[in-house]
Amino acid sequence: MTKQPASGFGPDLAEVFGPSQQDGGPELIQLLTPEGERVHHPDIDVDFPEEQLRGFYRDMVLTRRIDTEATALQRHGELGIWAQLLGQEAAQIGAGRALRPQDYVFPTYREHGVAWCRGVDPLKLLGLFRGVDQGSWDPGANNFALYTIVIGAQCLHATGYAMGMQRDGVVGTGDPERDAAVVAHFGDGASSQGDVNEAFIFAASYNAPVVFFCQNNQWAISEPIERQSRIPLYQRALGFGFPGVRVDGNDVLATYAVTQAALQRARDGQGPTLVEAYTYRMGAHTTTDDPTRYRLSDDVERWKLKDPIARVEVYLKRNGFADEAFFDSVADEADQLGATLREGCKAMPDPEPMSMFDHVYSEMTEELAAQRDGYAAYLESFEGAAVGGGH
Amino acid sequence: MTQKITLAKGLNMGLRKAMENDPKVLIMGEDVGKLGGVFRITDGLQKDFGEDRVIDSPLAESGIVGTAVGMALRGYRPVVEIQFDGFVYPAYDQIVCQVAKMHFRSQGKSKMPMVIRIPFGGGIGAVEHHSESPEAQFAHTPGLKVVACSNPVDGYWMIQQAIASDDPVIFLEPKRQYHADKAELDDTVTPDPLFTSRVVRTGTDVTVLAYGPMVKTVMRAAEAAASEGKSLEVIDLRTLSPLDMGPVLDSVRRTGRAVVAHEAHVNLGMGAEISARITEQCFYSLEAPVLRVGGFDAPYPPSRLEENYLPDLDRVLDAVDHSLSF
Repeated sequence: MTKQPASGFGPDLAEVFGPSQQDGGPELIQLLTPEGERVHHPDIDVDFPEEQLRGFYRDMVLTRRIDTEATALQRHGELGIWAQLLGQEAAQIGAGRALRPQDYVFPTYREHGVAWCRGVDPLKLLGLFRGVDQGSWDPGANNFALYTIVIGAQCLHATGYAMGMQRDGVVGTGDPERDAAVVAHFGDGASSQGDVNEAFIFAASYNAPVVFFCQNNQWAISEPIERQSRIPLYQRALGFGFPGVRVDGNDVLATYAVTQAALQRARDGQGPTLVEAYTYRMGAHTTTDDPTRYRLSDDVERWKLKDPIARVEVYLKRNGFADEAFFDSVADEADQLGATLREGCKAMPDPEPMSMFDHVYSEMTEELAAQRDGYAAYLESFEGAAVGGGH
Repeated sequence: MTQKITLAKGLNMGLRKAMENDPKVLIMGEDVGKLGGVFRITDGLQKDFGEDRVIDSPLAESGIVGTAVGMALRGYRPVVEIQFDGFVYPAYDQIVCQVAKMHFRSQGKSKMPMVIRIPFGGGIGAVEHHSESPEAQFAHTPGLKVVACSNPVDGYWMIQQAIASDDPVIFLEPKRQYHADKAELDDTVTPDPLFTSRVVRTGTDVTVLAYGPMVKTVMRAAEAAASEGKSLEVIDLRTLSPLDMGPVLDSVRRTGRAVVAHEAHVNLGMGAEISARITEQCFYSLEAPVLRVGGFDAPYPPSRLEENYLPDLDRVLDAVDHSLSF
């Protein structure tokens, strides 16, 4: 029983939710402990074949390598900036591997692990951060939208896309090859945005097949989660009229199981779910950020003990699900991926200057064509000169 | 077949036709269903096309436009209604950052065939935020196209053409004209292309440019001027982005004088851009500086003052006389 405070305005929230959510609280769904011990949950559980477990490990190691290489490439001046995902590998791989081909994903700018699961060439993730494009993959080819920088905006796109699926008759038919859903990725900071809250309202109102997947990494650049919310984020869903769950975002098994269940609910026509993947941003917000200015290294050290990859490695080894040859092969693959990214990134050509006039509209307008032609003539006027632009 | 229609009816008929021709066309907005919109522009459409195609939305403009982005990405052609001009601003981020840039940033892979209908302008005695003219803010944004209809026949054709466009179109409707005048619609003729301006009255002394609600005012001014022996050429711009400067430049080269009229604030309004382009391209034809007539650079006033604020026949004629005085 929750004690009623004297005010009469319902339960004392501090008592309901406790003074701290450091461990994720009692509602945290977990299937693999930080120590690598498999635990079970009465409602959410999945039997994982050994091969799938090894796959999770490989996905997470390779995703971390993409992140590490990209961070290094930024330090070497090859990327202008990079949004790191260090520590969030399990949340992203669990969410990414729960998808079916017909599902659709709307990412933020940090979903490199989900992109990996969707088969987006990792090299293409670098283009935005190198400044050579604004996302060069074909969203329709992988059912993976372009990265969205404006915080939370994509949650509305995801909801609208899901409303389109409803109108296309691909929700609740009972055909597993046909029924589809959408995952909207966002973070704890985005949960304060109007667009995210409006997306919740639209999705609830139309019962849209969308999973709102919030990676609560505890930090919105320098601002802690306490600045965004006075209650656990997953609890907000109830106020919008759909279920919310909190999963250990550093536990790839639990994240997979929870996301899969939420996706299935959506595909079945039962509407949206909010999944709060409780995790921690081990790195900086981006390579331009300096977290030592605003957070304690104690916190980071404590979260290191919850590393998403280490616990799977322990689990695989302890149960004999993978041998040394497997771990060596993944390490080799990661090295190769790193080399491919390094070489590929440096070889990415700058875009042609004239390309900035392309695709503003489906057909170039006369006035824009005039500007383009004028600029081309201007550049040509330098050709043959001792110094100048051109290409 | 010909019939006499109001602007509201023309838009309603155009929307209906677009929905009949393409099952991917959806309408979404606040009160667009049973009510038929606060101006009744979508009257009867939900009854005939169902709640899946004529969607009453939650009361959230960013949500309307943002979900329409997702629908467009899924292959639909959403037509969203913003209830009043002053309520478009919550959706401004989605329009400017997402709608306008999607085709560009995806290098043409993601099209954004969306129409955002906005009743705009004043003159209906409304409370604040219901009489604004935000067109320049959208015309300033690459990736958007911006058009304004001025009469029932254009309303019928232009809304269909905007819906057929693969680019996002901000579609401005002069709300004070919705139920004002009737015009004869012959739906067997071939309409002018959407992104073209049109000479609606020929003249020799001064070129007067207008769009949306000001076309009617300027036409009345031209009649009054004619009675005083002054010949005004009136151009309905129709498209604000891209601008169709051809007919404008042709006209100004003949008259040597130009006046641009709009309800929007003069500072950095459409008139400023049009004036710059005329000056750049017809400098030696000009007998007078290009003059602007518009709303003052003050917030839209309480409605009892709107007749003072809005450019009327006399202020247009005053500007014409000023132009002729050079």
